[in-house]
Amino acid sequence: MSSEYAPRRRVVITGTGVISPIGLSTAAFWESLLAGRSGIRRIESFDVSDLPTQIAAQVRGFDPEQYMPRKVWRRIDPFAQYALAAAIEAVEAAKIEIDEELAPRVGVQIGSGYGASTVQQQVTLGLEQKGPRGIGAFTSAASAIDNAAGEVAIRFGAKGPSGAISTACASGTSAIGEAMRWIQYGTCDVVLAGGSDDSVTRSDIASACSARALSRRNDDPEHACRPFDRERDGFIMASGAGVLVLEEADRAMRRGAPILAELVGYGASTDAHHPTAPHPEGAGAQQALRAALADARIDASDVDYVNAHGTSTKLNDQIETLAIRKVFGEHATRVPISSTKSMTGHMIGAAGAVEAIAAIHAIRDGVVPPTVNCFDPEDTEVNYVPHTAQEHKVDIAVSNSFGFAGHNAVAVLRAWRP
Amino acid sequence: MNTTEEIREGLADILQEVAGLPQAEVQLDKSFVNDLDVDSLLMVEVVVAAEERFGVSISEDDLKDGSTVGDLVRIIQGVLATV
Repeated sequence: MSSEYAPRRRVVITGTGVISPIGLSTAAFWESLLAGRSGIRRIESFDVSDLPTQIAAQVRGFDPEQYMPRKVWRRIDPFAQYALAAAIEAVEAAKIEIDEELAPRVGVQIGSGYGASTVQQQVTLGLEQKGPRGIGAFTSAASAIDNAAGEVAIRFGAKGPSGAISTACASGTSAIGEAMRWIQYGTCDVVLAGGSDDSVTRSDIASACSARALSRRNDDPEHACRPFDRERDGFIMASGAGVLVLEEADRAMRRGAPILAELVGYGASTDAHHPTAPHPEGAGAQQALRAALADARIDASDVDYVNAHGTSTKLNDQIETLAIRKVFGEHATRVPISSTKSMTGHMIGAAGAVEAIAAIHAIRDGVVPPTVNCFDPEDTEVNYVPHTAQEHKVDIAVSNSFGFAGHNAVAVLRAWRP
Repeated sequence: MNTTEEIREGLADILQEVAGLPQAEVQLDKSFVNDLDVDSLLMVEVVVAAEERFGVSISEDDLKDGSTVGDLVRIIQGVLATV
């Protein structure tokens, strides 16, 4: 079958980094996922008394000083701090040295849905309260959505292409997929790719509430996010970042790198339907899934695990299940499908990156993380991996991301075989 | 009126806040750009904070590329003296 296609460079993952509401490293995050630990709490960082939703999954206990000088963390938004911290973990794990020769071949692609939410809110308030002199000298750079990518590039001296793809809730998966193309096409040999967001500010929560997207189960935060459960009532806003070191496979092998998995497929599409609601039959989601499987040169029946988008909104969960059923057919009732957002909440631009990292671990450990709070499943024939992790041999995993504005992105990962 | 040492200490506080510089490094003969690695954007933050702290208005035109901590102290004192 592969003879129908032109040969292309293979892309592997050699390091990962995670900053999340349930762990400030890949290992801590994965341990929490397997334990079914929720990161959702009442919001303490600002006044929520007049907001319909008063809960979120925020990053807690993060000390930027551990990762970067004061001069750097002071000038940037938390979303960029998280990205930088995740990138540092990923680069250290990959044991990669970015020297002068490699630097022009190293790209950075850090997606984000909302970008520098805190800085933007401060600018608006600062201008109102103090006038133009109240705006800091770095605001212009720090308020932009590409700032995380820029800071990561500065830190590592990465001189290949860089930037921030923004496809709402799909940004992390889009970033990884587009970065894979940079390597396949030969533009880069290494890309630090992922996503980051910290859209838990008063303005973000208020606007997501107005969009009627968030859960209002304020009195029971741990059970508020219940993907694929019929009692779900909206998603939970979350903060975090995930970064993967993508590397051209031959290069990774030559240097004896720790190869975690192969990134074998990527598909993207757009619903072209509505600003927030998905297409009623998940046409865009189906198209992205089919494109990703075709790109990976596999059949749907080859897939051993699906890390679902699974936001815990009525519309997403119903339509995602429908889309998976349409594309996977009978196999939809055999393959485990879980939503790790049930524990992390929805990290928006970081979600796809962090979930790809969860999928990599499922492949490596032969364990798929659970969907917690799935008591009354949307589709009783589907294995949503309720409550507790399950052992499954996973050779191929799919990670779904479906965003507002109808942005859909799907990544396919496979156990590494030279 | 603030003494030179009081202003130096005030600037050292500000530089610790915006740039994480140890206060002992902020001496009168140190150049912002060459010795303290304070670039022009950080300098804007330092000047705005100094204006707030000392209740003065500082023109950025008075600061040259090689300006030292002592130069900024004198600018603040000069302005203070004319208030």
